[in-house]
Amino acid sequence: MPPILELRDVKTHFPVHQGFLVRRNAGAVKAVDGVNLALARGEVLGLVGESGCGKSTLARTIMQLVPTTGGAVILEGKNLTAGGADEVGAVRRDMQMVFQDPYASLNPRMTVHDTIAEPLLVHRVCAPAEVTPRVAELMTLVGLAPRFMQKYPHEFSGGQLQRIAIARALALNPKIIIADEPVSALDVSIQAQILNLLSQLVRKMNLSLIFIAHDLSVVKHISDRVAVMYLGKIVELGPAVEVIEHPRHPYTRALISAIPTPNPDVERARKRIVLPGDPPSPINPPRGCAFHPRCPHAQERCQAAVPPLEKLEAGDNREVACIRAEEIWQ
Amino acid sequence: MLLSVKDLRTYFHTRSGVYRAVDGVSFDLERGETLGIVGESGSGKSVTCYSLMGLVPQPPGRIESGVAMFDGVDLLHCAPHRLQSIRGKRISMIFQDPMTSLNPYLRISEQLIEPLIIHEKISRKAALARGLEMLEAVGINDAAKRIHYHPHEFSGGMRQRVMIAMALITRPELLIADEPTTALDVTVQAQILELIKKMQKESGMAVIFITHDLGVVSGLCDRVQVMYAGRIVETAGTRTLFYQPRHPYTIGLQRSIPSLQQKGRELFTIKGLPPDISKNFTGCAFADRCELARESCRQQQPELKPVTPEHQQACLRVQAGEI
Repeated sequence: MPPILELRDVKTHFPVHQGFLVRRNAGAVKAVDGVNLALARGEVLGLVGESGCGKSTLARTIMQLVPTTGGAVILEGKNLTAGGADEVGAVRRDMQMVFQDPYASLNPRMTVHDTIAEPLLVHRVCAPAEVTPRVAELMTLVGLAPRFMQKYPHEFSGGQLQRIAIARALALNPKIIIADEPVSALDVSIQAQILNLLSQLVRKMNLSLIFIAHDLSVVKHISDRVAVMYLGKIVELGPAVEVIEHPRHPYTRALISAIPTPNPDVERARKRIVLPGDPPSPINPPRGCAFHPRCPHAQERCQAAVPPLEKLEAGDNREVACIRAEEIWQ
Repeated sequence: MLLSVKDLRTYFHTRSGVYRAVDGVSFDLERGETLGIVGESGSGKSVTCYSLMGLVPQPPGRIESGVAMFDGVDLLHCAPHRLQSIRGKRISMIFQDPMTSLNPYLRISEQLIEPLIIHEKISRKAALARGLEMLEAVGINDAAKRIHYHPHEFSGGMRQRVMIAMALITRPELLIADEPTTALDVTVQAQILELIKKMQKESGMAVIFITHDLGVVSGLCDRVQVMYAGRIVETAGTRTLFYQPRHPYTIGLQRSIPSLQQKGRELFTIKGLPPDISKNFTGCAFADRCELARESCRQQQPELKPVTPEHQQACLRVQAGEI
């Protein structure tokens, strides 16, 4: 089956200007720098990485909310980067986003009814008389009682607001949902409720989900596959459980070893790989492999060329962008 | 005993009612001990510590009752100048967001040595030398140059290091850390946690670590107390709390963490929402969300009672031996 969404060498760069009266170009922030990815129908792809690695920009690029610098975003055979504004607008109903902070992403002056009804009215998918029943149906779907329809966002808790945001995203029967850190702002007990809701919806509606998070335990739970990003590039891609339990890229290893586990004996016994320093600036990424200045396994040849994302062996189901992956792994 | 808190109650009197943010909290802390306070947002974990530091805005806040003895001084009732001489010197605090806790207009050097100038009355030059030493100790490279930077020139992780340096520069006996790594990436979080451990080992200070992340607590703390709706529901040594939790809320909290559950299974959830703490209620605050609650749970307010001498919990049914 062909993938529902395909990214081919997608690049999103933001120009940086310097100077006050005479503005000159001082390079670019390479937020997304050559990403190749395919998403199958009904698949959940987890996207992880530290802040500034470009995972949110990648989401915005897929949604065509920021101009693409290069490459192609292909949704069901249609190249969105080549299309005009009308085409993108029409296609956008197939892709919807859920954001991190539901307090900020819902309009405080709109009732729940109006918030969920807005996409229906904008895209004219419902006759005016059918709007309210449809809103009620969507609210039931995400586990909210339709009698709260006329309430305003401030009357709800964070978890309930996130349910409203999900209902709004589902209003147009999208094929893909992109959720950008949808549970990071919520408490643990509420997180679990939203995660369960998302996995149920994916199964029930055969949705594809791109789930962006920095919490790897959450990602492992919900995703089929995981992509790990570092400085605008995917450095490891593969089945969720394998990537998280047996990481191969040195960055993925460090990332996973840094997560504290709620198990005192394991936690005290284990050796942590503490990475020195902070992620480098995406304006001036290090030569060769962008991770080499922080990598405990770096050698001189790591600086020579950007390592491609490739399979270690033919027939392998995961890809790693590290020239030493095979040596380190053995 | 370094700190002993008895029956602390901090209420907020607002137009929409009285919020019982902290409602009868008692705990003790030994010298050199690391205590974790865990709870969801609104459970009163931060307000507990803000009350000890005199940082609760009054009004609308009011400390209704309680005693907090710190080395013989009651922090809640002593004269302001007594508190001044303790706060920032013998007790320091670091906060969640290092950007809003540093003054963006002042150089790091000015902010870093401020506690020394106030509390130790030493010369600027000597203070700067101590500041530099401290910055190096928290792992800032090129400290001699960077001490003169402004906060915006530092990354989030480095700002939190600066905050820690500032908190530890007076060699406090107690450090209160209020979610110090929540705003940071996991790799940077790992650096900061290692740093706090290292500094604690060197100076022997006690630490109160407030967090909602049970993972962070498990590697760092000697003892953990779990808060819910302004009260402590369970407190025990870290291993006991993780391996033999008794209170249904603690058990539910642990079970809802994805990493401990089998993939693909539906996650365990605690149904419902935390209670509205502005409403008066009788009985156990967790009863509405508790699968094991009986009618009797709604009639009597549970108190912390020992399971073993070092393990206390506040579930009536566990205390009655029913669970």
